[in-house]
Amino acid sequence: MAEHKNLPMREALRMALLEEMRRDERVFVMGEEVGQWHGTHRVTNGLLEEFGAKRVRDTPISEMAIAGTAVGAAMAGLRPVAEMMTINFAFLALDAIINHAAKIHYMFNGQFTVPLVIRAATGWGEQATATHSHMPEPIFAHFPGLYVACPSTPADAYGMLKASIRDENPVLFTETIALYPKPGPVPEDPDFILPIGKSDVKREGRHVTIVTYARGVEWSLKAADELAKEGVECEVVDLRWLRPLDLEPVFESFKKTNRCVVVEESLPHFSVGSEIAAQIQDKMFDYMDAPVKRVSALDVPLPYAKNIELMALPDAQKVIAAVKEVL
Amino acid sequence: MATPKTKTRETYKKETLLDWYRQMVLIRQFETRCDELYREKKITGVYMHLYSGHEATGVGTLAALRESDHVITAYRDHGIALARGVPANAIMAEMMGKTTGTSGGKGGSMHLASREHNFWGGYAIVAGHLPLAAGIALECRYNETDNVVLCFVGDGATNNGYFHESLNLSALWDLPVIWVIENNGVGMGTLVKDASAQVELHKRAIAYDMKDLGRVDGQDVIAVHQVMTEAVEYARKNGPVLFESMTYRYKGHGVSDKQYDKRLADELQDWMDHKDPIKILRQYIESKFKNVDAEFQNIEKETAKIVDEAVEYAVNSPDPTYEDLIANVYVGRGIDG
Repeated sequence: MAEHKNLPMREALRMALLEEMRRDERVFVMGEEVGQWHGTHRVTNGLLEEFGAKRVRDTPISEMAIAGTAVGAAMAGLRPVAEMMTINFAFLALDAIINHAAKIHYMFNGQFTVPLVIRAATGWGEQATATHSHMPEPIFAHFPGLYVACPSTPADAYGMLKASIRDENPVLFTETIALYPKPGPVPEDPDFILPIGKSDVKREGRHVTIVTYARGVEWSLKAADELAKEGVECEVVDLRWLRPLDLEPVFESFKKTNRCVVVEESLPHFSVGSEIAAQIQDKMFDYMDAPVKRVSALDVPLPYAKNIELMALPDAQKVIAAVKEVL
Repeated sequence: MATPKTKTRETYKKETLLDWYRQMVLIRQFETRCDELYREKKITGVYMHLYSGHEATGVGTLAALRESDHVITAYRDHGIALARGVPANAIMAEMMGKTTGTSGGKGGSMHLASREHNFWGGYAIVAGHLPLAAGIALECRYNETDNVVLCFVGDGATNNGYFHESLNLSALWDLPVIWVIENNGVGMGTLVKDASAQVELHKRAIAYDMKDLGRVDGQDVIAVHQVMTEAVEYARKNGPVLFESMTYRYKGHGVSDKQYDKRLADELQDWMDHKDPIKILRQYIESKFKNVDAEFQNIEKETAKIVDEAVEYAVNSPDPTYEDLIANVYVGRGIDG
């Protein structure tokens, strides 16, 4: 059993980058403010000092070129970790990510691989307003050829980022901004790799299955604690990856609970919740005792004013209410 | 037009010029056959963009590269693949969607590629391949090879954001990319003058403090080779360089266009009569060397045979299967669901 250190997610991610760069000289970091500014979210702090400007490359504010250049470098045999300062800016790079990163291996029949990681800070919070408050992971998860990672804990972030860097496929690696400072135990093992496309039961229970990912795990576990006081035991399944999507633990849990709530920080239309609900009705119809409920953000662009911003967003209380509806 | 500095016209050997003639005739014949096959519905699909008229730009530039250098282009890619030495059989098989095609029948006309030839592909999103060129060039710098990347850029692509971002980054990082703007005067149906505030497209290099080798007559393969030789030399030692090759497309934007642009009909005839790259090279060879008629005839017979064989090979190749459909979505993993 490896020793553990208590680290915030930001530091767990930084350790993963640092160790992978030490392990493999092909790994390099590029993006806006990753070097001399030490990273907007401080995830790349100290890398420039250790690895120099060749491997820690500050870029202009050019998201199309950041993503596209990283694709080309990955095809040519390097292992770029490109940072999108926030996932909102990744919209500018959708073509490079979707048309090229995700499709080149297939389109040229396996002649090229794209071992690329695009890290992107995601999520709402602190009155960032409409253009800076997106959780668009489902958009990226729509397309075959691209993996989408959404870690919820520092240990998961550490093991999932290492797995992503070592994998031969392109990965959109999302990091929820609100989770960056949250601490948790992280194994002191530079080869701690979490398998790609494996979800994780974060809490066991027998009455309701809560399926969630990223920040939704925090709300769901909090809701489960509250509900346990009333005798309701929730099983919380953390998807970890939206692609590859591992629903086996969800189905196993559902066979036991016959009830499901999906909790997502993102919007409800064409969402993770929509997909899970569709798959449960398709594959678990005989086990269903209640409709699948979704807890999502309200279907509006996020406003500035704090009070109405919070009204639009999911939280533990909304999860508790949804669980009570399916009981 | 650019003044070539590296190599005088007189120094080109007969064998070299005949080889280029052979390559250009092969491309012309291959493209003409593709056009016919499309009309006969033996090649299907909505997209196929022929290189006829552009041959001197492709052949003249590629002739100045080493095998270890890299080539990437847009969707008008058949001629580039042929000039890079990708077998005509595999290219024609790709046109017909066969497993023996360059991309196993999954890429089609616009997505030819051959890793073993360092031909990184044709790309169908206008300007989408420009940052890929920068990334491949970054590997050259990162691993301290002195290889260079040749990236073809259509005139239409110069007005896309990718162009600005990629050229700026290549100059900022001294990446060894040779940006060759193939200016055929029209992006799909919009004339350069209606799309670009600055119609001398090579001048864009100034904005990035990038070496600008100006304009070259893209119908004169020797002139193209001369300027490309200088560009390669510069890129290997220094960083990115740009020039503009003035050319013309003979077969419209794509084969599915209902009719070739009437606005351009007279102009087209003039180019075909007076500025055809194959005619220009042939006349030059005839003016310099005696008794070449038989050699021209042999070349034309030889290339016609290559095209015939490619069609036969493609027709007789197997169609892809369901297993092919689901292969190579990921490395080492099947499809989801």
